[in-house]
Amino acid sequence: MSSELMIEMKNVHKWFGELHVLNDINLEINKGEKIVICGPSGSGKSTLIRCINRLEEHQRGNIIVEGTELTNDSRSIERIRGEVGMVFQQFNLFPHLSILDNCSLAPIWVRKLPKAEAKEKAMEYLKRVQIDDQAHKYPAQLSGGQQQRAAIARALCMEPRIMLFDEPTSALDPEMIKEVLDVMVSLAQGGMTMIVVTHEMGFAKEVADSIIFMDEGQIVEAKNPKDFFDNPESERTKTFLSQIL
Amino acid sequence: MSAANKEIRPPVIELGVMGWLRKNLFSNWYNSLLTIFGLYLLYILIPPLVNWIFLDANFVGSTRDDCTNEGACWIFIQQNIKLIFYGLYPTEELWRINFVYLILLISGVYLLIPNLKHKGWVGAFLLVIFPIICVVMLSGGLGLEAVETRLWGGLFLTLVIAGVGIVLSLPIGVMLALGRRSKLPVVSLLCTIFIEIWRGVPLITVLFMASNMFPLFMPEGVNFDKLIRALIGVMFFSAAYLAEVVRGGLQAMPKGQYEASQAVGLTYWRMMALVILPQSLKMVIPAIIGSFIAIFKDTTLVLVIGLFDFLGIIQFVGTNPDWLGFSHEGYVFAAAVFWVFCYAMSWYSQRLEKKLDTGR
Repeated sequence: MSSELMIEMKNVHKWFGELHVLNDINLEINKGEKIVICGPSGSGKSTLIRCINRLEEHQRGNIIVEGTELTNDSRSIERIRGEVGMVFQQFNLFPHLSILDNCSLAPIWVRKLPKAEAKEKAMEYLKRVQIDDQAHKYPAQLSGGQQQRAAIARALCMEPRIMLFDEPTSALDPEMIKEVLDVMVSLAQGGMTMIVVTHEMGFAKEVADSIIFMDEGQIVEAKNPKDFFDNPESERTKTFLSQIL
Repeated sequence: MSAANKEIRPPVIELGVMGWLRKNLFSNWYNSLLTIFGLYLLYILIPPLVNWIFLDANFVGSTRDDCTNEGACWIFIQQNIKLIFYGLYPTEELWRINFVYLILLISGVYLLIPNLKHKGWVGAFLLVIFPIICVVMLSGGLGLEAVETRLWGGLFLTLVIAGVGIVLSLPIGVMLALGRRSKLPVVSLLCTIFIEIWRGVPLITVLFMASNMFPLFMPEGVNFDKLIRALIGVMFFSAAYLAEVVRGGLQAMPKGQYEASQAVGLTYWRMMALVILPQSLKMVIPAIIGSFIAIFKDTTLVLVIGLFDFLGIIQFVGTNPDWLGFSHEGYVFAAAVFWVFCYAMSWYSQRLEKKLDTGR
């Protein structure tokens, strides 16, 4: 595997008022790597990935995505958002647009693709997540699992080089989790660089190159899955694993 | 009462006309009393009204002497119809107003018929080219004789003021609402001040200011048309109210919609135009149309600055010595026309809501 550096975080700090949500985060992610981040709620794992596409602003340190440093400059933010796709816990599809329009909106208005081409590409990705037969329905007419797969297709339509997943299966009914995870596994096998915040440890074992455990704003442990599950070093990791496994 | 020896009665019949009556109108003694009282009120009000408006009314004739029946004298409206609909607009130029009405009617009907093509173009025509046609046709130019706005009046003037006020106040209101929620403190403060000043002043004061105070601040010789001043006043007044309605819709939007739009790379204006506003405006359609209806009715206030709108001219016609004593007919007619326009807006709003509903 080539080791092209995609994301670099150096001494990143962030506070919400008094709360130190990110405390000296250092992280390097190479092209094609799949990182799973886990940790108790409030540990800063969502905030960490939301800093990568500037949905949250970090206050100290540097975040460099594909050679572009994230600053207040709106052009750098726009460039990075074009390269980074994101999938949310609550799907956040646009309820006033059909699934197809959800997927083709950004390619048309941000990438400036001709309408027909954008829709064709959207259909392609919808087929890949196996909901092309739902393309003309509205989000409210789909099940949770279908909505999340549509949301993944929407992110993929921008042809991002990095995908962020913020607890993509936490809001789903149990029987729908698998269909979403299957899509994510096939995406991982396709070589996408992925950062996934999740508690799905089966998924982590199967695809992660490295699992990061966070607590109280810090990266406590970062290891490959085998070592992570078999020999966790820190007490906090052990307690966490005993609670969720 | 002891439950043990309470007699079990058969269930009350709720089927058929009798059942419906019993369930809804006579379910207990005070409901029955209210029902009887309501029926009595209808009995004493409706027949005389129907007699006055239709059965005993006078429809044919040309002077007040032809009104021999006891009921309403609709000849009064009929004989003054030109004034009531067009004000003092020169008779030989009336075709210009009718021509504008005709264009509006044709394109409006076109837009209302479902599944027709090129609706976008018709809409763009109405918003961009039609206003230019209106200005040229109505006030003159390009070889058409100029008609001063002081001759404009009647229902025509009401439609001009309400139409311009409604069409221009919505975009201004949206911009003010976005401005008030802006992260830039200066923009937000200015928009807030603007909105609160206009909302804090009664429309009648706005109109007085526009008509009497405004010229005092202008250098000598500069003279804005009085109608234009009134239009600007009505427009900003309505925009300030709409701004708060729209802001309510913006605040009801879940944060996730903003984040998802940003995550796919939409810039602020595209996010607003493509994702946030279509949803939040849809949520507040009833309140927006409510504002429009209020503005339509409030246009009657322009009478205080000497513009003769629909209601104003009906009152004016009633002071004509030939037609003294027919103000009832005038007001009933005015009420009916106002109701038709306001109900049309209300009907359209419900239709729009149904059409745009995509579930949530």
